[in-house]
Amino acid sequence: MCAASVEQPSQQSFDIEQFLAAEESKGLLRLTTAGSVDDGKSTLIGRLLHDAKGAYEDQLKSAVRAGQIDFSLLTDGLRAEREQGITIDVAYRYFATIKRKFILADTPGHEQYTRNMATGASTAELAIILLDAHRGLTTQSRRHAFIATMLGIPNFVMAVNKMDLVGYDQEVFNRIRAEFEPFLERIGTKNYYFLPLSALKGDNVVDRGSHMPWFDGPCLLEYLETVDAADNMIQAPFRMPVQRVVRPDHNFRGYAGQIASGTIRPGDEVQALPSGRRSKVKRVVTFDGDLEMAHAPMSVTLTLADEIDISRGDMISSGIPPHSARIFDATMVWFDAHPLDPAHDYLVKHTSHTIPARVDGVRHLINVATLESEPATSLAMNEIGVVRIATAKPLFFDPYQGNRVTGSFILIDRKTNHTAGAGMILAEAEGSLEDAADRLVRLVRAAVPEGSRLNLPSDDAQAMEVVRGLLKGVLR
Amino acid sequence: MSRLSHLQALEAESIHIIREVASEFQRPVMLYSIGKDSSVMVRLAQKAFYPGPIPFPLLHVDTTYKFKEMIEFRDKFAAELGVKLIVHSNTSALQAGANPFRLGTERCCGLLKTQSLLDALRAGSYDAAFGGARRDEEKSRAKERIFSFRDSLGQWDPKNQRPELWNIFNGRVEPGESIRVFPLSNWTEMDVWQYIHVENIPIVPLYFAKDRQVLVRGNSLIVPEQDFVKPQLGDKLETVRCRMRSLGCSPCTGAVRSDADTLPKIIAELVAVRNSERENRVIDHDREGSMELKKREGYF
Repeated sequence: MCAASVEQPSQQSFDIEQFLAAEESKGLLRLTTAGSVDDGKSTLIGRLLHDAKGAYEDQLKSAVRAGQIDFSLLTDGLRAEREQGITIDVAYRYFATIKRKFILADTPGHEQYTRNMATGASTAELAIILLDAHRGLTTQSRRHAFIATMLGIPNFVMAVNKMDLVGYDQEVFNRIRAEFEPFLERIGTKNYYFLPLSALKGDNVVDRGSHMPWFDGPCLLEYLETVDAADNMIQAPFRMPVQRVVRPDHNFRGYAGQIASGTIRPGDEVQALPSGRRSKVKRVVTFDGDLEMAHAPMSVTLTLADEIDISRGDMISSGIPPHSARIFDATMVWFDAHPLDPAHDYLVKHTSHTIPARVDGVRHLINVATLESEPATSLAMNEIGVVRIATAKPLFFDPYQGNRVTGSFILIDRKTNHTAGAGMILAEAEGSLEDAADRLVRLVRAAVPEGSRLNLPSDDAQAMEVVRGLLKGVLR
Repeated sequence: MSRLSHLQALEAESIHIIREVASEFQRPVMLYSIGKDSSVMVRLAQKAFYPGPIPFPLLHVDTTYKFKEMIEFRDKFAAELGVKLIVHSNTSALQAGANPFRLGTERCCGLLKTQSLLDALRAGSYDAAFGGARRDEEKSRAKERIFSFRDSLGQWDPKNQRPELWNIFNGRVEPGESIRVFPLSNWTEMDVWQYIHVENIPIVPLYFAKDRQVLVRGNSLIVPEQDFVKPQLGDKLETVRCRMRSLGCSPCTGAVRSDADTLPKIIAELVAVRNSERENRVIDHDREGSMELKKREGYF
């Protein structure tokens, strides 16, 4: 038995108050799985749900085939899937142990469903990539690792499944690991853990089993329970996109939003974007009373010391200001059956605002099998590429690799309203005069208090000194 | 500095969803079924707009076959909250005598729930409707988006759903089309009960065990509230200590034997009992994938 702890209190010793107290401090881990057809992913998830008591008895009953539980039937939800015996859409599963609650985005691995994988990966803090010990590494394995890495998932389990089919041979496991590691290093995958297992027989899933004494790392569930999922977004600069202005009467004006990153306290100095106006936080208001401190990803309402004009779509920030640009480059995953078309009208939905946009050209396409850049003028469904986007108004963002909330957007087709693609912002386009002007205005606004003037001394060294002093005020 | 607990994380996510809908849609409405999930959803809406009021009405689609205790609770709850409550019933079908025994559960639900809901949404020109459904309830729900698109006939196309990434929701619709929104998508039954406990949220007393007069039919315990629920051969009218795990129409929702008369006892029961809560609903079992069929047609 592994150290993984399944929630199964015995009737005699079960203390409900103790249980509730423990439950209240329990954390949440969001994870995703990816594997090719026949990698045994559904079987693995079925076993996790079953052994961690996430599947209920009556659902188990409907998954019995020929007297045995077919774990894959637990997870295939839609009629079309049951008919075809494959998984065609993202399904969300829920299970819990004494230590953690888990939300699992189960995504299909077929090539044509890259979009579903990206969807499941977008909110995940951990990815399980299924590898087949019998077949070895495939193009699909590389594709899955690449997409999950690109979507910024910070933790990985490389689950080498079907060890039972190769006689639980340590050599096979080592060979696959040695072959995959250089690839993972190359694409920048963080914190990956190679784990040999058999979903079918149960080895190293919840229990260790007796077939692989040569492996002494934690089994899957134990790893999921204990992996360090500290949210580093709390340490990042404060960002809160304003969702709504709450104004029940003339005495109260609050800005409601979910904190994207950082922490906030009453008295903290903040800047509103795009106006650039500064103020101090007066109260952090919630239904349960005012807070002394709030942090990502809490949903709160802020009131400010000064009356400044802020509306939905604006951002309240502090510390280093976010980037601001109307033209920027982004990695895009294309979803729509209609290929990306630079002549077409789109909308960008980024945080809480939606603005007209067009695609200012495809820089290149990324061949997910070879990771080579290839010239392209468009992206078809399930293709990934780097594109330049031009929006009608500036966007306030952080590069995606540093902030998944303020660095992400979706592209909506204005004609069909379809979600045509998802983008991860790399950086503002360089050399654009418009953007330089935009940034300069914003910086000056932020540094120079309203109503005062900026008089630069004619001597350059002295002027630099003055500007440096002003910037210190902005960037502290 | 600590991470949020799972309930805090779910709460923050749900509030974000509810605020997005209130800000992006012209005429949102919140479906209110009187059940425990609805109670949690309404509490989250209160939190989302505090100190302001909930900026949309609640809508109850009343089949008129709900338990009496549910209706009493509904009216008291809405009055205390000061929120606008709209009640809609398919009166023409009811006048024609629709009930589950005459029509079978599939057709009865189709008329009194699905059709009635679509009529109510059309009558109010609502472009967004919140529902309290959770993805852990049933297999087809596990794949539904948080913002779930409905065409102008109110139908769901499971194979053609909008991809949903991060916490960015695409709520763009043309006139006549709408979005069903599920702020509790990521909550489990256990989360809902724990939240009710922690937050002290009022719920219908039917959820708590007490001695009730029921018809015992095999494993089913039926509360004989409606005139047309007649004892069948072999039924026994007995007093049984029981409660409801989920609330629906009285002829189609069975009680379960239980001693759980407090929230901690209900939660303890949930830890021990591993049958999913919809098992006592007749409609889900009509045929394989029946919930998916109902949802395609517009059922919540």
